[in-house]
Amino acid sequence: MSIGNTLLGLLESGPRHGYDLKRLFDERFGHDRPLHYGQVYSTMSRLLRNGLVEVDGVEAGSGPERKRYAITDAGITDVGRWLATPEKPEPYLQNTLYAKVVLALLTGRDAAGLLDVQRNEHLRLMRELTRRKTEGDLADRLVCDHALFHLEADIRWLELATDRLDRLAGEVA
Amino acid sequence: MSGTTAAGNTGALLTATRLRKYFGSTAALNGAGFTIDSGEVVAVMGPSGSGKSTLLHCLAGILEPDGGTVHYDGRELSALSDAERSRLRRGDFGFVFQFGQLVPELTCVENVALSLRLTGVGRGKAESSAMEWMARLEVDDVRDKRPGQVSGGQRQRVAVARALVAGPRLVFADEPTGALDSLNGERVMELLTGAARDTGAAVVLVTHDVRVAAYSDREVVVRDGQALDAATGIGGAP
Repeated sequence: MSIGNTLLGLLESGPRHGYDLKRLFDERFGHDRPLHYGQVYSTMSRLLRNGLVEVDGVEAGSGPERKRYAITDAGITDVGRWLATPEKPEPYLQNTLYAKVVLALLTGRDAAGLLDVQRNEHLRLMRELTRRKTEGDLADRLVCDHALFHLEADIRWLELATDRLDRLAGEVA
Repeated sequence: MSGTTAAGNTGALLTATRLRKYFGSTAALNGAGFTIDSGEVVAVMGPSGSGKSTLLHCLAGILEPDGGTVHYDGRELSALSDAERSRLRRGDFGFVFQFGQLVPELTCVENVALSLRLTGVGRGKAESSAMEWMARLEVDDVRDKRPGQVSGGQRQRVAVARALVAGPRLVFADEPTGALDSLNGERVMELLTGAARDTGAAVVLVTHDVRVAAYSDREVVVRDGQALDAATGIGGAP
């Protein structure tokens, strides 16, 4: 995820302090990976340098100064361009699971067992996400569904690979 | 999983041991074992024709196995009379099938209440309980419609209400979302597993869909007529 573009997009609704931006980002997009304060401030410094945000005010307190950031016209144009540009689909051709299966076959290890163990690990995570989704709001559900569909695709591949293991063993030998 | 005693009473709610079932010369089950504890949701998965529906039917006493035993709550199913087995299926077991299998001539509320009527509950009380379950399954608005007049998703929720209304200890669900789109399937699974967990009922869930299996606590894979616990690779019961 582009943190810079996302923070910039969050600023379109109005100026915010770095801390508020972090909180908003974590709430909406952070899930299991909240932003570090350092990431926010280094990103805001870069956006400031590039003229995409400006300092809207500074509050002095007992701690460090709190800058409030506002998006510039150039920033708004940048957000629009980013949203209109399709993300490059992940080709999934560099596949660790495939490499492990081939190496297991080449070295005479238990490739079928490897696939079974991986399938169980995938299903374990699917159970966890399904529980989380069932208890969550619509945003949680959509985020979990995205992960669940990808895990399901992996499991379908694992099952297909299991069915084709004998042929693959013949080809890679 | 629980350990088996000499009497075959495992402490588990239901245990099957070395089940065999033949259709002609084809072995649908070839020494399959299975166990489920109270309140557990167990997914039974496997390729088409692997014997997973046959396993469910044998566990529920719908089919009689050619070999092996099924113990429910300490009682061996094959030792029960037909009347006792029927009573068990009406009182202790609930069933959800892929296409609902509701009685087309009855209204939805009458279909749900039927489970209770068959156990001797009067019409008023049966329909009142049925309505509570229909509300919980979010289909109370179709109470007076016949199954043919409601959507597939609503029909399946009515079927889930019918399976749960009599307070079963064990629900058998055979591809309960197989005929539904993904959103309806998801809702049916949430309602089915949520209600089962609330009431402490165990669920045997036959499915080919890993997204449905993800609602379970654990998974048993049926392959070549054998049932193996997916996590341990060990037979579902000794």
